[in-house]
Amino acid sequence: MDGEALVQAVIGLGLGAEKREKADRPAVRVPADKLATAMKRLREDEALAFDMLLDHTAIDWLAAGTFELVYNLYSTVHGHYLMVAATVPRARPVVPTVSGLWDAAHWQEREVFDLFGVEYDGHPDLRRLFLEDDWQGFPLRKDYTDEDMLRLPK
Amino acid sequence: MSVQIKTLNDIVCPPDEARSPLSTQEYFVNMGPQHPIAHGSLRLVLRLDGETVRAVIPVPGFVHRGLEKMAESLNPRQIIHLTDRMDYLSALMNNWAVSRLVERAAGIATNDRIETIRTLMAELQRLQSHVLWWGVLGMDLGAFTAFLYGFREREIISRIFEDTIGARLTMNYIQPGGLMFDIHPDFVKKVKALLAYLRPIIEEYETLLSGNVILQERLRNVGILAPEKAVSLGCTGPVLRASGVPYDLRKLEPYGMYGKVEFDVVVGTVGDCWDRYYVRMEEMRQSMRIVEQLIDSIPEGPHMTTKFAARIKIPEGTYYGHLETARGVLGIFLVSDGKSDLPYRIHFRSPNFNNLWAITAIAPGWRIADIIAIQSSLDLVIPDIDR
Repeated sequence: MDGEALVQAVIGLGLGAEKREKADRPAVRVPADKLATAMKRLREDEALAFDMLLDHTAIDWLAAGTFELVYNLYSTVHGHYLMVAATVPRARPVVPTVSGLWDAAHWQEREVFDLFGVEYDGHPDLRRLFLEDDWQGFPLRKDYTDEDMLRLPK
Repeated sequence: MSVQIKTLNDIVCPPDEARSPLSTQEYFVNMGPQHPIAHGSLRLVLRLDGETVRAVIPVPGFVHRGLEKMAESLNPRQIIHLTDRMDYLSALMNNWAVSRLVERAAGIATNDRIETIRTLMAELQRLQSHVLWWGVLGMDLGAFTAFLYGFREREIISRIFEDTIGARLTMNYIQPGGLMFDIHPDFVKKVKALLAYLRPIIEEYETLLSGNVILQERLRNVGILAPEKAVSLGCTGPVLRASGVPYDLRKLEPYGMYGKVEFDVVVGTVGDCWDRYYVRMEEMRQSMRIVEQLIDSIPEGPHMTTKFAARIKIPEGTYYGHLETARGVLGIFLVSDGKSDLPYRIHFRSPNFNNLWAITAIAPGWRIADIIAIQSSLDLVIPDIDR
Protein backbone atom coordinates (compact mmCIF):
# COMPACT_ATOMS: atom_id res chain seq x y z
CA MET A 1 0.00 0.00 0.00
CA ASP A 2 1.19 3.54 -0.62
CA GLY A 3 2.29 5.95 2.09
CA GLU A 4 -0.98 7.76 2.72
CA ALA A 5 -3.01 4.53 2.76
CA LEU A 6 -0.56 3.05 5.24
CA VAL A 7 -0.88 6.02 7.57
CA GLN A 8 -4.69 5.85 7.33
CA ALA A 9 -4.62 2.11 8.05
CA VAL A 10 -2.57 2.67 11.19
CA ILE A 11 -4.85 5.51 12.34
CA GLY A 12 -7.79 3.17 11.67
CA LEU A 13 -6.52 0.71 14.27
CA GLY A 14 -8.09 2.90 16.97
CA LEU A 15 -4.98 3.28 19.09
CA GLY A 16 -5.06 7.06 19.24
CA ALA A 17 -2.52 7.37 16.42
CA GLU A 18 -2.39 10.56 14.40
CA LYS A 19 -0.33 11.64 11.44
CA ARG A 20 3.08 13.07 12.24
CA GLU A 21 3.64 16.09 10.03
CA LYS A 22 6.91 17.24 8.48
CA ALA A 23 8.30 13.79 7.87
CA ASP A 24 9.57 12.61 4.49
CA ARG A 25 8.04 9.16 4.84
CA PRO A 26 4.81 7.67 6.25
CA ALA A 27 4.82 8.72 9.88
CA VAL A 28 2.42 8.47 12.80
CA ARG A 29 2.46 9.72 16.36
CA VAL A 30 1.05 7.54 19.11
CA PRO A 31 0.42 8.47 22.77
CA ALA A 32 3.27 7.19 24.96
CA ASP A 33 0.92 5.17 27.19
CA LYS A 34 -0.43 3.30 24.16
CA LEU A 35 3.01 2.68 22.67
CA ALA A 36 3.31 -0.95 23.77
CA THR A 37 -0.10 -2.01 22.44
CA ALA A 38 0.31 0.01 19.25
CA MET A 39 3.70 -1.55 18.49
CA LYS A 40 2.36 -5.02 19.16
CA ARG A 41 -0.44 -4.42 16.65
CA LEU A 42 1.98 -3.07 14.07
CA ARG A 43 4.16 -6.14 14.45
CA GLU A 44 1.39 -8.72 14.46
CA ASP A 45 -1.30 -7.30 12.15
CA GLU A 46 -1.01 -9.28 8.94
CA ALA A 47 -1.70 -6.34 6.66
CA LEU A 48 1.08 -4.33 8.33
CA ALA A 49 3.56 -7.02 9.53
CA PHE A 50 6.41 -4.75 10.58
CA ASP A 51 8.91 -7.45 11.42
CA MET A 52 12.04 -5.29 11.41
CA LEU A 53 12.93 -2.42 13.73
CA LEU A 54 15.48 -0.69 11.54
CA ASP A 55 16.25 2.09 13.90
CA HIS A 56 15.24 3.63 17.19
CA THR A 57 16.42 6.99 18.41
CA ALA A 58 15.28 10.11 20.24
CA ILE A 59 15.13 13.83 19.59
CA ASP A 60 15.54 16.30 22.46
CA TRP A 61 13.04 19.14 21.96
CA LEU A 62 14.51 21.28 24.71
CA ALA A 63 12.23 24.30 24.14
CA ALA A 64 9.08 22.13 24.33
CA GLY A 65 10.43 20.16 27.29
CA THR A 66 9.93 16.80 25.60
CA PHE A 67 11.81 13.89 24.13
CA GLU A 68 10.43 12.54 20.89
CA LEU A 69 11.12 8.84 20.53
CA VAL A 70 11.35 7.68 16.94
CA TYR A 71 10.99 4.10 15.71
CA ASN A 72 11.70 3.33 12.06
CA LEU A 73 9.93 0.14 11.09
CA TYR A 74 10.20 -1.96 7.96
CA SER A 75 8.21 -4.93 6.77
CA THR A 76 10.13 -7.58 4.85
CA VAL A 77 6.76 -9.11 3.93
CA HIS A 78 5.19 -6.04 2.30
CA GLY A 79 8.28 -3.90 1.78
CA HIS A 80 6.86 -0.77 3.39
CA TYR A 81 8.32 1.64 5.92
CA LEU A 82 6.71 3.49 8.80
CA MET A 83 8.03 6.00 11.26
CA VAL A 84 6.37 5.86 14.68
CA ALA A 85 6.89 8.75 17.06
CA ALA A 86 5.95 9.07 20.73
CA THR A 87 6.49 12.07 22.97
CA VAL A 88 7.49 11.87 26.63
CA PRO A 89 8.19 14.73 29.07
CA ARG A 90 11.85 15.49 29.69
CA ALA A 91 11.20 15.62 33.42
CA ARG A 92 10.06 12.02 33.57
CA PRO A 93 11.12 10.13 30.45
CA VAL A 94 9.74 6.64 31.02
CA VAL A 95 8.25 4.48 28.25
CA PRO A 96 7.41 0.79 27.95
CA THR A 97 10.05 -1.30 26.22
CA VAL A 98 9.47 -2.93 22.84
CA SER A 99 12.35 -5.35 23.28
CA GLY A 100 9.89 -8.22 23.53
CA LEU A 101 8.77 -7.54 19.96
CA TRP A 102 12.06 -6.94 18.19
CA ASP A 103 15.42 -8.22 19.42
CA ALA A 104 17.11 -5.18 17.93
CA ALA A 105 15.29 -2.99 20.46
CA HIS A 106 17.39 -4.43 23.30
CA TRP A 107 20.44 -2.50 22.23
CA GLN A 108 18.85 0.39 20.42
CA GLU A 109 16.95 1.21 23.62
CA ARG A 110 20.13 0.85 25.64
CA GLU A 111 21.81 3.34 23.34
CA VAL A 112 19.00 5.85 23.80
CA PHE A 113 19.08 5.31 27.57
CA ASP A 114 22.85 5.81 27.56
CA LEU A 115 22.83 9.03 25.56
CA PHE A 116 19.43 10.56 26.42
CA GLY A 117 18.48 9.02 29.77
CA VAL A 118 15.14 7.69 28.54
CA GLU A 119 14.11 4.82 30.80
CA TYR A 120 12.47 1.73 29.34
CA ASP A 121 10.00 0.05 31.64
CA GLY A 122 10.26 -3.73 31.46
CA HIS A 123 13.60 -3.82 29.64
CA PRO A 124 15.41 -6.98 30.80
CA ASP A 125 18.90 -5.54 30.78
CA LEU A 126 18.91 -1.75 30.97
CA ARG A 127 22.52 -0.68 31.24
CA ARG A 128 24.77 1.97 29.78
CA LEU A 129 25.97 0.93 26.35
CA PHE A 130 28.87 3.07 25.18
CA LEU A 131 29.74 5.08 28.27
CA GLU A 132 31.02 3.76 31.56
CA ASP A 133 28.50 2.67 34.17
CA ASP A 134 29.45 5.58 36.46
CA TRP A 135 29.15 8.30 33.82
CA GLN A 136 27.22 11.35 35.00
CA GLY A 137 24.61 12.86 32.71
CA PHE A 138 23.36 12.04 29.22
CA PRO A 139 25.49 13.58 26.46
CA LEU A 140 23.01 13.87 23.62
CA ARG A 141 20.65 16.02 25.68
CA LYS A 142 20.79 19.57 24.40
CA ASP A 143 21.54 20.99 27.87
CA TYR A 144 24.40 18.59 28.60
CA THR A 145 27.63 20.25 29.59
CA ASP A 146 30.97 18.83 30.47
CA GLU A 147 34.20 20.54 31.54
CA ASP A 148 35.93 19.14 28.44
CA MET A 149 33.40 20.51 25.98
CA LEU A 150 34.42 23.45 23.82
CA ARG A 151 32.17 26.30 22.88
CA LEU A 152 31.29 26.70 19.20
CA PRO A 153 32.87 29.96 17.99
CA LYS A 154 30.25 32.53 16.99
CA MET B 1 6.36 1.88 37.20
CA SER B 2 9.90 1.48 38.39
CA VAL B 3 12.82 0.95 36.06
CA GLN B 4 15.80 -1.01 37.23
CA ILE B 5 19.14 0.15 35.92
CA LYS B 6 21.95 -2.34 35.97
CA THR B 7 25.69 -2.35 35.47
CA LEU B 8 27.94 -4.93 33.86
CA ASN B 9 29.20 -5.83 37.34
CA ASP B 10 25.74 -6.99 38.39
CA ILE B 11 25.87 -9.64 35.69
CA VAL B 12 29.47 -10.77 35.96
CA CYS B 13 29.64 -10.77 39.79
CA PRO B 14 26.15 -11.21 41.21
CA PRO B 15 26.34 -10.44 44.93
CA ASP B 16 24.57 -13.49 46.35
CA GLU B 17 25.12 -16.09 43.69
CA ALA B 18 24.11 -19.56 44.90
CA ARG B 19 27.12 -21.83 44.56
CA SER B 20 26.56 -24.98 42.62
CA PRO B 21 27.01 -28.18 44.65
CA LEU B 22 28.84 -29.67 41.66
CA SER B 23 32.53 -29.10 41.26
CA THR B 24 32.15 -27.45 37.85
CA GLN B 25 31.76 -23.74 37.78
CA GLU B 26 30.88 -21.30 35.05
CA TYR B 27 33.16 -18.34 34.75
CA PHE B 28 33.56 -15.15 32.77
CA VAL B 29 36.49 -14.45 30.46
CA ASN B 30 37.22 -11.23 28.62
CA MET B 31 37.94 -11.47 24.93
CA GLY B 32 39.28 -8.10 23.94
CA PRO B 33 39.23 -5.13 23.83
CA GLN B 34 42.73 -5.92 22.62
CA HIS B 35 42.42 -9.12 20.65
CA PRO B 36 43.62 -9.87 17.11
CA ILE B 37 40.13 -10.78 15.90
CA ALA B 38 38.54 -7.69 17.38
CA HIS B 39 39.86 -5.67 14.39
CA GLY B 40 39.62 -2.63 16.58
CA SER B 41 38.55 -2.37 20.17
CA LEU B 42 35.61 -4.59 20.94
CA ARG B 43 35.28 -6.30 24.29
CA LEU B 44 33.35 -9.54 24.45
CA VAL B 45 32.64 -10.98 27.89
CA LEU B 46 32.20 -14.73 27.49
CA ARG B 47 30.35 -16.85 30.01
CA LEU B 48 32.11 -20.18 29.75
CA ASP B 49 31.45 -23.71 30.85
CA GLY B 50 34.80 -25.32 30.22
CA GLU B 51 35.47 -24.33 26.64
CA THR B 52 31.82 -24.10 25.69
CA VAL B 53 30.38 -20.62 25.39
CA ARG B 54 27.13 -20.17 27.30
CA ALA B 55 26.62 -16.47 26.63
CA VAL B 56 28.35 -13.55 24.97
CA ILE B 57 28.04 -10.03 26.38
CA PRO B 58 29.44 -7.48 23.93
CA VAL B 59 30.74 -4.32 25.60
CA PRO B 60 31.17 -1.67 22.89
CA GLY B 61 32.18 1.93 23.43
CA PHE B 62 35.97 1.95 23.30
CA VAL B 63 35.91 3.96 20.06
CA HIS B 64 32.88 6.07 20.93
CA ARG B 65 33.69 9.59 19.75
CA GLY B 66 30.28 11.17 20.01
CA LEU B 67 29.92 11.73 16.26
CA GLU B 68 26.21 12.48 16.59
CA LYS B 69 26.87 15.18 19.19
CA MET B 70 29.66 16.65 17.06
CA ALA B 71 27.44 16.65 13.98
CA GLU B 72 24.99 18.98 15.73
CA SER B 73 27.49 21.80 15.30
CA LEU B 74 28.64 20.94 11.78
CA ASN B 75 27.09 21.71 8.40
CA PRO B 76 26.32 18.95 5.89
CA ARG B 77 29.65 19.22 4.10
CA GLN B 78 31.53 18.91 7.36
CA ILE B 79 29.46 15.91 8.41
CA ILE B 80 30.82 14.05 5.36
CA HIS B 81 34.19 14.01 7.13
CA LEU B 82 32.71 12.25 10.15
CA THR B 83 31.12 9.52 8.07
CA ASP B 84 34.55 8.51 6.73
CA ARG B 85 35.43 7.60 10.27
CA MET B 86 32.52 5.28 10.98
CA ASP B 87 32.84 2.28 8.69
CA TYR B 88 36.17 3.25 7.20
CA LEU B 89 36.04 0.38 4.71
CA SER B 90 32.84 1.81 3.25
CA ALA B 91 33.87 5.45 3.50
CA LEU B 92 32.66 6.36 0.00
CA MET B 93 29.29 4.72 0.55
CA ASN B 94 28.93 6.55 3.87
CA ASN B 95 29.71 9.83 2.09
CA TRP B 96 27.13 8.95 -0.49
CA ALA B 97 24.45 8.16 2.08
CA VAL B 98 24.71 11.64 3.61
CA SER B 99 25.02 13.35 0.25
CA ARG B 100 21.99 11.59 -1.12
CA LEU B 101 19.85 12.51 1.87
CA VAL B 102 20.99 16.14 1.83
CA GLU B 103 20.42 16.38 -1.94
CA ARG B 104 16.88 15.09 -1.57
CA ALA B 105 16.10 17.28 1.43
CA ALA B 106 17.57 20.47 -0.01
CA GLY B 107 16.48 19.80 -3.60
CA ILE B 108 19.93 19.60 -5.19
CA ALA B 109 20.07 17.87 -8.56
CA THR B 110 22.91 15.72 -9.83
CA ASN B 111 23.70 14.44 -13.30
CA ASP B 112 24.39 11.06 -14.84
CA ARG B 113 28.15 11.53 -14.78
CA ILE B 114 28.11 12.10 -11.04
CA GLU B 115 25.82 9.15 -10.39
CA THR B 116 27.86 6.82 -12.61
CA ILE B 117 31.13 7.73 -10.93
CA ARG B 118 29.50 7.33 -7.52
CA THR B 119 28.22 3.88 -8.42
CA LEU B 120 31.60 2.85 -9.81
CA MET B 121 33.43 4.10 -6.75
CA ALA B 122 30.96 2.43 -4.39
CA GLU B 123 31.30 -0.93 -6.14
CA LEU B 124 35.07 -0.67 -6.24
CA GLN B 125 35.00 -0.04 -2.55
CA ARG B 126 32.64 -2.93 -1.89
CA LEU B 127 35.10 -5.08 -3.82
CA GLN B 128 38.00 -3.70 -1.82
CA SER B 129 36.19 -4.23 1.46
CA HIS B 130 35.29 -7.83 0.64
CA VAL B 131 38.80 -8.61 -0.59
CA LEU B 132 40.20 -7.36 2.69
CA TRP B 133 37.55 -9.24 4.67
CA TRP B 134 38.48 -12.45 2.84
CA GLY B 135 42.13 -12.04 3.76
CA VAL B 136 41.38 -11.21 7.36
CA LEU B 137 38.99 -14.15 7.72
CA GLY B 138 41.77 -16.40 6.50
CA MET B 139 44.15 -14.95 9.05
CA ASP B 140 41.61 -15.29 11.87
CA LEU B 141 41.25 -18.96 11.05
CA GLY B 142 44.98 -19.56 10.83
CA ALA B 143 45.72 -19.11 7.12
CA PHE B 144 48.17 -16.25 7.04
CA THR B 145 48.73 -16.47 3.28
CA ALA B 146 45.20 -15.28 2.66
CA PHE B 147 45.89 -12.14 4.66
CA LEU B 148 48.83 -11.21 2.43
CA TYR B 149 46.84 -11.95 -0.73
CA GLY B 150 43.92 -9.86 0.49
CA PHE B 151 46.12 -6.89 1.25
CA ARG B 152 47.90 -7.21 -2.09
CA GLU B 153 44.65 -6.84 -4.05
CA ARG B 154 43.36 -4.15 -1.72
CA GLU B 155 46.47 -2.11 -2.45
CA ILE B 156 45.73 -2.04 -6.19
CA ILE B 157 42.23 -0.67 -5.57
CA SER B 158 43.59 1.77 -3.00
CA ARG B 159 45.93 3.16 -5.64
CA ILE B 160 43.04 3.73 -8.03
CA PHE B 161 41.29 5.70 -5.28
CA GLU B 162 44.49 7.54 -4.48
CA ASP B 163 44.89 8.71 -8.09
CA THR B 164 41.49 10.37 -8.14
CA ILE B 165 40.80 11.21 -4.51
CA GLY B 166 44.25 11.64 -3.01
CA ALA B 167 43.20 9.62 0.02
CA ARG B 168 43.24 5.92 0.74
CA LEU B 169 40.98 5.53 3.75
CA THR B 170 39.14 8.69 4.79
CA MET B 171 37.89 9.64 1.37
CA ASN B 172 35.69 12.73 1.84
CA TYR B 173 34.97 12.48 -1.87
CA ILE B 174 31.24 12.29 -2.52
CA GLN B 175 29.71 15.64 -1.65
CA PRO B 176 26.17 16.98 -1.67
CA GLY B 177 25.75 18.10 -5.28
CA GLY B 178 28.58 16.16 -6.81
CA LEU B 179 32.09 14.95 -6.31
CA MET B 180 35.11 16.59 -4.76
CA PHE B 181 37.22 16.02 -7.90
CA ASP B 182 36.68 14.70 -11.38
CA ILE B 183 38.14 11.27 -12.08
CA HIS B 184 41.83 10.90 -12.90
CA PRO B 185 42.59 10.60 -16.66
CA ASP B 186 43.93 7.07 -16.06
CA PHE B 187 40.89 5.95 -14.05
CA VAL B 188 39.12 4.01 -16.80
CA LYS B 189 42.31 2.35 -18.01
CA LYS B 190 43.32 1.30 -14.50
CA VAL B 191 39.91 -0.04 -13.56
CA LYS B 192 39.85 -2.18 -16.71
CA ALA B 193 43.30 -3.51 -15.89
CA LEU B 194 42.05 -4.23 -12.36
CA LEU B 195 39.08 -6.24 -13.64
CA ALA B 196 41.28 -8.28 -15.99
CA TYR B 197 43.65 -8.96 -13.11
CA LEU B 198 41.06 -9.64 -10.43
CA ARG B 199 38.84 -12.17 -12.22
CA PRO B 200 41.38 -14.99 -12.17
CA ILE B 201 42.50 -13.88 -8.69
CA ILE B 202 39.03 -14.47 -7.23
CA GLU B 203 39.12 -17.95 -8.77
CA GLU B 204 42.50 -18.43 -7.14
CA TYR B 205 40.97 -17.40 -3.81
CA GLU B 206 38.50 -20.21 -4.24
CA THR B 207 41.16 -22.82 -4.88
CA LEU B 208 43.40 -21.42 -2.16
CA LEU B 209 40.91 -21.15 0.69
CA SER B 210 37.29 -22.00 -0.14
CA GLY B 211 37.95 -25.65 -0.91
CA ASN B 212 40.19 -26.15 2.10
CA VAL B 213 38.90 -28.89 4.38
CA ILE B 214 39.87 -27.11 7.59
CA LEU B 215 38.08 -23.94 6.51
CA GLN B 216 34.99 -25.86 5.49
CA GLU B 217 34.91 -27.75 8.78
CA ARG B 218 35.18 -24.53 10.72
CA LEU B 219 32.51 -22.66 8.78
CA ARG B 220 29.92 -25.17 7.63
CA ASN B 221 26.89 -25.46 9.92
CA VAL B 222 28.60 -23.25 12.51
CA GLY B 223 26.66 -20.33 13.96
CA ILE B 224 23.37 -20.74 12.13
CA LEU B 225 21.27 -17.58 12.08
CA ALA B 226 17.62 -18.26 11.23
CA PRO B 227 15.98 -15.75 8.84
CA GLU B 228 13.26 -14.67 11.34
CA LYS B 229 15.90 -14.11 14.01
CA ALA B 230 18.11 -12.16 11.62
CA VAL B 231 15.21 -9.87 10.71
CA SER B 232 14.22 -9.41 14.33
CA LEU B 233 17.82 -8.55 15.23
CA GLY B 234 17.84 -5.89 12.54
CA CYS B 235 20.73 -7.50 10.67
CA THR B 236 21.30 -6.27 7.13
CA GLY B 237 23.75 -6.75 4.30
CA PRO B 238 25.52 -10.03 3.63
CA VAL B 239 24.65 -11.26 7.15
CA LEU B 240 20.91 -11.02 6.48
CA ARG B 241 21.19 -12.21 2.88
CA ALA B 242 23.17 -15.28 3.97
CA SER B 243 20.14 -16.25 6.05
CA GLY B 244 18.07 -16.22 2.88
CA VAL B 245 16.36 -12.81 3.04
CA PRO B 246 16.92 -10.98 -0.27
CA TYR B 247 17.01 -7.50 1.25
CA ASP B 248 19.32 -5.39 -0.86
CA LEU B 249 18.55 -1.70 -1.32
CA ARG B 250 20.47 -1.63 -4.58
CA LYS B 251 17.73 -3.83 -6.00
CA LEU B 252 14.69 -2.82 -3.93
CA GLU B 253 15.11 0.95 -4.19
CA PRO B 254 17.65 1.43 -6.98
CA TYR B 255 19.75 4.54 -6.52
CA GLY B 256 22.70 5.81 -8.51
CA MET B 257 22.99 3.65 -11.63
CA TYR B 258 21.89 0.40 -10.00
CA GLY B 259 18.56 0.48 -11.80
CA LYS B 260 20.33 0.41 -15.17
CA VAL B 261 22.78 -2.41 -14.64
CA GLU B 262 22.32 -6.13 -14.35
CA PHE B 263 23.37 -7.90 -11.20
CA ASP B 264 22.03 -10.58 -8.90
CA VAL B 265 21.22 -10.37 -5.22
CA VAL B 266 23.14 -13.22 -3.64
CA VAL B 267 21.37 -15.13 -0.87
CA GLY B 268 22.31 -18.09 1.28
CA THR B 269 20.19 -21.07 2.20
CA VAL B 270 21.42 -22.20 5.63
CA GLY B 271 22.54 -19.01 7.34
CA ASP B 272 25.74 -20.50 8.75
CA CYS B 273 29.23 -19.01 8.64
CA TRP B 274 29.85 -20.70 5.31
CA ASP B 275 26.87 -18.95 3.72
CA ARG B 276 28.08 -15.64 5.04
CA TYR B 277 31.47 -16.47 3.55
CA TYR B 278 30.15 -17.51 0.19
CA VAL B 279 27.66 -14.65 -0.16
CA ARG B 280 30.58 -12.23 0.03
CA MET B 281 32.65 -14.27 -2.41
CA GLU B 282 29.80 -14.11 -4.89
CA GLU B 283 29.17 -10.42 -4.21
CA MET B 284 32.72 -9.70 -5.35
CA ARG B 285 31.85 -11.19 -8.74
CA GLN B 286 28.62 -9.20 -8.86
CA SER B 287 30.51 -5.99 -8.05
CA MET B 288 32.90 -6.68 -10.90
CA ARG B 289 29.91 -7.28 -13.16
CA ILE B 290 28.47 -3.87 -12.25
CA VAL B 291 31.79 -2.09 -12.76
CA GLU B 292 32.25 -3.79 -16.12
CA GLN B 293 28.88 -2.58 -17.37
CA LEU B 294 29.49 1.03 -16.39
CA ILE B 295 33.16 1.62 -17.01
CA ASP B 296 32.86 2.15 -20.78
CA SER B 297 29.93 4.52 -20.61
CA ILE B 298 30.76 7.28 -18.16
CA PRO B 299 28.73 10.22 -19.53
CA GLU B 300 30.24 13.64 -20.08
CA GLY B 301 29.34 16.53 -17.81
CA PRO B 302 30.47 18.56 -14.83
CA HIS B 303 31.41 16.73 -11.62
CA MET B 304 29.68 19.29 -9.41
CA THR B 305 26.24 20.84 -9.85
CA THR B 306 26.47 23.37 -7.01
CA LYS B 307 29.10 25.85 -5.97
CA PHE B 308 31.29 24.21 -3.41
CA ALA B 309 31.09 27.06 -0.93
CA ALA B 310 27.30 27.32 -1.15
CA ARG B 311 25.48 27.00 2.18
CA ILE B 312 23.07 24.11 2.16
CA LYS B 313 19.92 24.87 4.07
CA ILE B 314 17.55 22.03 4.77
CA PRO B 315 13.85 22.86 5.27
CA GLU B 316 12.27 22.07 8.62
CA GLY B 317 11.31 18.43 9.10
CA THR B 318 12.65 14.94 9.63
CA TYR B 319 14.39 13.00 6.89
CA TYR B 320 15.49 9.42 6.64
CA GLY B 321 17.71 8.18 3.86
CA HIS B 322 19.59 4.95 3.48
CA LEU B 323 21.72 2.92 1.14
CA GLU B 324 23.55 -0.37 1.00
CA THR B 325 27.15 -0.27 2.19
CA ALA B 326 29.52 -3.22 2.09
CA ARG B 327 28.16 -4.37 5.46
CA GLY B 328 24.49 -3.54 5.22
CA VAL B 329 22.07 -0.67 5.46
CA LEU B 330 23.41 2.66 6.61
CA GLY B 331 20.46 4.85 7.56
CA ILE B 332 20.78 8.58 8.17
CA PHE B 333 18.05 10.14 10.29
CA LEU B 334 18.23 13.90 10.07
CA VAL B 335 16.11 16.45 11.91
CA SER B 336 16.26 20.05 10.76
CA ASP B 337 14.65 22.96 12.56
CA GLY B 338 14.99 25.13 9.45
CA LYS B 339 16.78 27.89 11.36
CA SER B 340 20.37 27.29 10.27
CA ASP B 341 22.42 24.98 8.09
CA LEU B 342 23.31 22.86 11.13
CA PRO B 343 21.17 19.78 11.74
CA TYR B 344 19.11 19.85 14.93
CA ARG B 345 19.83 16.17 15.34
CA ILE B 346 21.43 13.52 13.19
CA HIS B 347 21.44 9.81 13.88
CA PHE B 348 23.43 7.17 12.04
CA ARG B 349 21.74 3.79 11.87
CA SER B 350 24.93 1.88 11.30
CA PRO B 351 24.91 -1.64 9.86
CA ASN B 352 27.60 -2.97 12.20
CA PHE B 353 25.76 -1.85 15.32
CA ASN B 354 22.85 -4.10 14.47
CA ASN B 355 24.94 -6.92 12.98
CA LEU B 356 27.12 -7.13 16.11
CA TRP B 357 24.27 -8.36 18.31
CA ALA B 358 23.71 -11.38 16.10
CA ILE B 359 26.68 -12.86 17.95
CA THR B 360 24.66 -12.99 21.18
CA ALA B 361 22.03 -15.09 19.41
CA ILE B 362 24.24 -17.50 17.49
CA ALA B 363 27.32 -17.98 19.70
CA PRO B 364 25.86 -19.86 22.73
CA GLY B 365 26.68 -23.56 22.59
CA TRP B 366 29.78 -23.17 20.41
CA ARG B 367 33.42 -23.31 21.49
CA ILE B 368 35.72 -20.34 21.92
CA ALA B 369 37.42 -21.10 18.60
CA ASP B 370 34.04 -20.93 16.86
CA ILE B 371 33.49 -17.43 18.24
CA ILE B 372 36.47 -16.41 16.10
CA ALA B 373 34.85 -17.88 12.99
CA ILE B 374 31.46 -16.37 13.83
CA GLN B 375 32.83 -12.90 14.45
CA SER B 376 34.92 -13.05 11.29
CA SER B 377 31.89 -14.07 9.27
CA LEU B 378 29.93 -11.08 10.62
CA ASP B 379 32.68 -8.79 9.24
CA LEU B 380 32.45 -6.11 11.91
CA VAL B 381 34.09 -2.70 11.76
CA ILE B 382 34.21 -1.48 15.33
CA PRO B 383 34.25 2.34 14.90
CA ASP B 384 30.94 1.98 13.06
CA ILE B 385 29.38 0.30 16.10
CA ASP B 386 30.54 2.95 18.54
CA ARG B 387 30.27 6.04 16.34
